[in-house]
Amino acid sequence: MEQTETNKGLPKKQPNRTKFLIGGFLIIAAIVYLIVSSTQANAQYFMTVEELKAKQNQISGRDLRVSGAVIGDTIQYDPQTLTLTFEVANVPGDNKVIEEKGGLAAVLHAAVNDPAQPRLKVVYNGVKPDLLKNEAQAIMTGKLGADGVFYAQELLLKCPTKYEEALPQQSGG
Amino acid sequence: MVANIGYGALCITLVIAVYGIVAAVYGSRRKLPYWVDSARNAMLLTFPLLTLSVISLVVLLVNGNFEVDYVASVTSKSMPLYLKITALWGGQAGSLLFWTWAMSAFASAVTLRNWDRDREFLPWVIVVSLVTITFFLGLIIFVENPFARLWILGETVILKSMFPPVGSVLFLQPDGRGLNPLLRHPGMIIHPPMLYLGFVAFVIPYAFAIAALITGRTDDRWIRITRRWTLVAWLFLSLGLLLGGRWAYDVLGWGGYWGWDPVEISALMPWLTGTAFLHSVMIQEKRGMLKHWNMLLIILTYDLVIFGTFLTRSGILSSVHAFAQSAIGPLFFGFIGLTFVVSLSLLLHRWNELKSEAHMTSLLSREALFLLNNFLFLGILVVCFWGVIFPLLSELITGQKVTVGPPFYQRATAPLFAGLLFLMGIAPLAAWRHSTVQTLGKALWKPAIVSLLGPLLAAIFGVHDWAALLGFWLVAFVASVTIYEYGRAVIARAHSRSEPIWRAFWELAGRNRRRYGGYIIHLGVVLMGLGIIGMEMFQTETQGTIGQGQEIKLDQYTIRYDSIAIFDTSDGRNVARAVVSIYKDGQYVGEVHPRRDYYYESQQPMTIPGVRSTMEDDLYVLLVDWKPVSSSMATFKIYHNPLVNWLWLGGLVFIFGTLVAAWPDREGQPERVKKKKENLVRSNA
Repeated sequence: MEQTETNKGLPKKQPNRTKFLIGGFLIIAAIVYLIVSSTQANAQYFMTVEELKAKQNQISGRDLRVSGAVIGDTIQYDPQTLTLTFEVANVPGDNKVIEEKGGLAAVLHAAVNDPAQPRLKVVYNGVKPDLLKNEAQAIMTGKLGADGVFYAQELLLKCPTKYEEALPQQSGG
Repeated sequence: MVANIGYGALCITLVIAVYGIVAAVYGSRRKLPYWVDSARNAMLLTFPLLTLSVISLVVLLVNGNFEVDYVASVTSKSMPLYLKITALWGGQAGSLLFWTWAMSAFASAVTLRNWDRDREFLPWVIVVSLVTITFFLGLIIFVENPFARLWILGETVILKSMFPPVGSVLFLQPDGRGLNPLLRHPGMIIHPPMLYLGFVAFVIPYAFAIAALITGRTDDRWIRITRRWTLVAWLFLSLGLLLGGRWAYDVLGWGGYWGWDPVEISALMPWLTGTAFLHSVMIQEKRGMLKHWNMLLIILTYDLVIFGTFLTRSGILSSVHAFAQSAIGPLFFGFIGLTFVVSLSLLLHRWNELKSEAHMTSLLSREALFLLNNFLFLGILVVCFWGVIFPLLSELITGQKVTVGPPFYQRATAPLFAGLLFLMGIAPLAAWRHSTVQTLGKALWKPAIVSLLGPLLAAIFGVHDWAALLGFWLVAFVASVTIYEYGRAVIARAHSRSEPIWRAFWELAGRNRRRYGGYIIHLGVVLMGLGIIGMEMFQTETQGTIGQGQEIKLDQYTIRYDSIAIFDTSDGRNVARAVVSIYKDGQYVGEVHPRRDYYYESQQPMTIPGVRSTMEDDLYVLLVDWKPVSSSMATFKIYHNPLVNWLWLGGLVFIFGTLVAAWPDREGQPERVKKKKENLVRSNA
């Protein structure tokens, strides 16, 4: 007598189960398809300036994401055409390496002041970002041109805060 | 001194929290009420202690005690008082303290409110809350201490520590570095606490879920107890997301509201599982199904909350690169992994007791459609999660780091969001248990026909893109179904009781708050959808450099650059403010003042758009660059954002609906008892 509630649904249970399984499978398949196809269409290769220079020939035309240290002296901006050009210096891509070298701020500082580091010229068309300044970390998305210039479609900037900067003025007093 | 008080309070709280965990486990296992009471007191004591600690930090922030590193990093002398106070959550260490304090407040409220009713759950709710609090306290005390001071050793070595390292003296900075100007916006001031309150409040339903698993009270009682908590958590989280979007739109100057960066995604992920949970618990309450699923959802939500807390404040901006950047990364991942494994083991342990009391019988029944809705929410979650971890995975497998940007998310989630909208239209009219194409069609055909007006109207206004037309149809469809359903009930009630329409509307919402609050939320989503379609599909932009008196055209608008003023303000800014006239179809409609503020102190400029806002569209003008005197040329970037204000209006409706659904019932809890009649057939009791 306790089974009345479940019994009612029992005869139909079997075909229903397959229906639900097929439905669930279709949905999962659709989601997997969406993810796979969108990944393929939009994948961007994350590279350091050094890697990019090394593989220059293989990667022209691909969507790339490059990070580097902005060299302040090279920033040029033409407000007429909204063309922004600047150079970035290579910073290591591996986070452990960055930590070992004393953190992001120190690595960016060293990269900008080391002429031996590979550099990359960047051209970006658009509004000059507020955070673009010397020793900022630039993360750029775009393509490498045949002329070796990186044409960025998207430009993100990050300025690490640093204790070191306040030090020289402070230590005397 | 004050720093020592704050820090001391934290240390005492940690000891008390650990004691509380031990006492609660021991008391509950051995059935010793004395110990459980003691655990409860420990729980309740954490709140005043943490409050003391928070007050200490606020005092330090307001007084400008720059020897404390955190104070120096988020405030400066020139900041107004309210910004100094809100700098409490302006950085990571303070945010963690705020989080823990809110956690303690919520857990204490639960302990006080539910003490007599839910005796067997509460020891375990206390354990879960205190374990969470202990983890965060450990982080604050040992890794990210907001009270740590800077000390100088010799001439050059600066150390950060709570207590003076040997031979060092206090390092006094004359001024702090100040809060990043980008964060000095009302939306940004209340956005983080809202998000955090949402995060924290989701811990409560999780704690009850775990308590249910441990005690074996695996019926839906834990869900009924925490229903309102879930809604409150969801309310805060939604509000946090909306405010964040508004802030981005007002401040970031890219004319958008959502950029799919990992930080945003990490706040969205618990919202997705939380929303799925809100829907699927209704099936458990009505039909006794999906019990495993609900447990899994709340466990996922909890761990995504912890993950989100980590990501939103760990200083990781756009680079997924930097997962382990801060020292707290591995600790967070360890805690997430541990709680996830323990929760899942508990779930597996009770697996057989959580069997469904009924079966899905029809593909179009409401429960099946709700399940589908859950699948879609989780599908979006998987897309988000995949996008966030893809760089790590690709590097692990191929050695080459590959990332995916916003187009990936847009492309992969758009069909899923469209599917959710469609379900939002048909599910409220589908019957429980049995529903066929015929019954559903009968219920739906009237609003479905009305909804065709949506795309028709859009086509008349010149929209020909099929995706946009589909979007407009979906929006119109959900709107007409919801209004039809709600309207029918209102009219029926107004007739049978001869009440005025507005009164029937209000009374009805009061009768079944969750149902009608839900409809209002759905309408809010529809309005937001309108704004999103407008922005995603019809946004246009242009840019140009013009002299005074010259013009730029964009769609039906023309803007004319009139003049510019450059001046210093008393709070340390240099402001360049342009006056721009706007003409629509040749008619003058007003002027806007795009600005650029340069903060001397942080040497950072900030671009503030001039916006002409109507329900039809926003004209969003940015002052990019200018030549002070000589040529009087200035560069502007202009966005035309159709329908964007429907997004914000929809957000308000959405929040209102959530408030309606979450509002406390007037007459106690009358439905609590009667709902369970269908379950008396269960035999293992």
